[in-house]
Amino acid sequence: MLKKAHSLLLLSVALLLFVLSACGDADSDSNEDSNGGSNEGETSGVDGDKEAVTIDFMHLWPAGVSAGQNKIVNEIIEQFEAENPHVTVVQEVLENEQYKTKLQVVSSSNQLPDVGMTWAAGFLEPYVKGNLFAPLDGLLENGFGDTFVSGTLEAYAMDDQTYALPLELNIAPIYYNKAIFADHGLDVPETYDEFLNVVETLVDNGVAPIALGNRDRWTGSLWYMYLADRIGGSEALNTAIDRSGTFENPKLIEAASETQNLVNMDAFVRGFNGLSNEEAKAEFLNGSAAMYLMGSWELPNFTTNEEIPQEFRENVGFFKFPTIEGGDGNIDSWVGGPGVGLFVAENSDVKEEAMEFVKFFVEKWGEQSVTGAGVIPGTAVDTSTLDLPQLYIDVLNELANASNITLFADVQMSAGVAETHLNMIQSLFGNEVTPEEFAQTHEEALSLEE
Amino acid sequence: MDKVMSNKKIIALYVLPALLLIITLVYVPIVLTGYYGLTQWDGIGERTFIGLANYSKLITDSLFWQSAFHSFLLAIFSVISLVAYLAVSLVLSGKIKGANLFRKIYLVPMLLSSVAIAQLWIRIYHPTNGVMNRFLESIGISNPPLWLADTSIVLFAIFIPIIWQYAGFYILIYYAALKNIPESLVEAAKIDGATPLQIAYKIKVPLIASVIKVTIVLAVVGSLKYFDLIWVMTEGGPNGASEVMASYMYKNAFKMNDFGYGSAIGFFLLLIALGVTWIIRKLTATKEEIQY
Repeated sequence: MLKKAHSLLLLSVALLLFVLSACGDADSDSNEDSNGGSNEGETSGVDGDKEAVTIDFMHLWPAGVSAGQNKIVNEIIEQFEAENPHVTVVQEVLENEQYKTKLQVVSSSNQLPDVGMTWAAGFLEPYVKGNLFAPLDGLLENGFGDTFVSGTLEAYAMDDQTYALPLELNIAPIYYNKAIFADHGLDVPETYDEFLNVVETLVDNGVAPIALGNRDRWTGSLWYMYLADRIGGSEALNTAIDRSGTFENPKLIEAASETQNLVNMDAFVRGFNGLSNEEAKAEFLNGSAAMYLMGSWELPNFTTNEEIPQEFRENVGFFKFPTIEGGDGNIDSWVGGPGVGLFVAENSDVKEEAMEFVKFFVEKWGEQSVTGAGVIPGTAVDTSTLDLPQLYIDVLNELANASNITLFADVQMSAGVAETHLNMIQSLFGNEVTPEEFAQTHEEALSLEE
Repeated sequence: MDKVMSNKKIIALYVLPALLLIITLVYVPIVLTGYYGLTQWDGIGERTFIGLANYSKLITDSLFWQSAFHSFLLAIFSVISLVAYLAVSLVLSGKIKGANLFRKIYLVPMLLSSVAIAQLWIRIYHPTNGVMNRFLESIGISNPPLWLADTSIVLFAIFIPIIWQYAGFYILIYYAALKNIPESLVEAAKIDGATPLQIAYKIKVPLIASVIKVTIVLAVVGSLKYFDLIWVMTEGGPNGASEVMASYMYKNAFKMNDFGYGSAIGFFLLLIALGVTWIIRKLTATKEEIQY
């Protein structure tokens, strides 16, 4: 009996250890597949005269949620492998938040994939400072750099070197519900006074004028940014952020107080500071709010997305943020900016092939992304040759005519300052700070970074 | 069997797997967090050792103390709600009809994940379409509160689902403890003419005092490190009005890329939780163990 109990316990311990070690093995295996490969990349086999290599490519477009993007990625990789038989591209796909976390984790152990995706400016900065991304200026020679919409590459540049090439570009128009406008005899506003009149009429008739989900905070930042641009011109905010100007610029303070003026007019849906952007979008989609300021990434929802009633989709139009009398802004100046871009890891063993792949990818992507996935690429699109919904063509034409694109403020700033900015936006909209305090807090946060 | 268990080597062998697991998964990370807290690190590049600079920043960081205040407020509310849980358990453990059904009803929220509960309450609190404001409007309140947008009430609006969420857990613990009290004690009291209230106060509650102490520690420590529901419902906003220590730590480490400072907050949070646990144990210590 005693012996039996003893051996039974021992057996279970042995089993436990076996299971544990099996887990460990599986773990290290998958690590090797995903990122360890970047260090031991090229291994066996010779094809033609070149040694066979493997490019590890990490992206955030899974087949489920980003079906359109995922399909194009696979097609591009197939083409690339067909043209370069010695290269194999291994994908690792993660969803947005997981992708960000994984990128941070693998970079702290210096095991980035050969090619991956990054966001612009503030997100990119620590990676560039840590010497993790390779400069891509070599790729931009011979006219390739000119195919990008002007101003987009700069968002990925630090110290005059470009560290990633954009795949997405967005601007933020004000979408509006044509049916609601028609019901109340309203026209698309071209000046800010007309816009205020639209807001007032809608409020008087019990319709929520603007859907805003300010729990996410960057959504409210868009409104402040446009007011800053229309009042102070396109440089006012940019210079305040890069420290050649200041947030205490009277025009920026005026923009902040104009934001509060809109709040006090009840221009935004009730309880906007507690609503997420998704909830606010729902208010616009179900017709209970008349306007919605959001990036052009929402275009599929207003054109091709079958899940949204066709009647509603036909009723969506957009207009440019109106100009303000006496302000320095231009109506063709937009808030927006590039989304994700491709980087090459500095310590990649297959840098040459990885660079080629990035260039190939960006070229092919630009040809297909609008039609295949509804994504506006960072490279210029020729609308005359594409069969697209009218709303897309209009937005693309606006993009081509844009006099300036101001990068989203929270993307321009470093992570710490962005957090202050976003909190201040919420307080400004909540009437908890004065425009002067709003400016002062920004100044303090920015001066701490200098 | 006794012989096996008295052999020191064999005890060591059997304890080893669990010990290794807890050391690598709990204690090593704690030590590492303590070390990261002494460095300046953005989570990506190089770490530089800066001594106690993060902690001196922490001591003067008003945002941190604001979030700590919110956490302690939650702890106080959780402890107060324990009284309500205890009352419910006392009723349920009496011989009333349908006690079993009620016990199960109270347990349901515990079976839902925090994220599901958060999503549920976000909808309840919706400023225009939510059940709460629809109800308030129907009884004639024209301007119902903006539960999650108003900085003066958002914290309390979040406490309600948290307290609701844990009701089942504590009721289950109290119920089990109360059921363990020998029937003979209660019957003897009844024969002596004690009212149900006296039985509850003077016999049942003192007899489960040790369980109550444990639940107080659980409620306080659980509140101090509370994170998930708050994060899903408001992310600590608007403008920090519902920020707690854990969400402030997460924000610093993962949103603001300040891993060093985030780690310092995490380590400090651990120290606070340990200190508070120690104080509670001191305050509730009794010399005599009641036995039955």
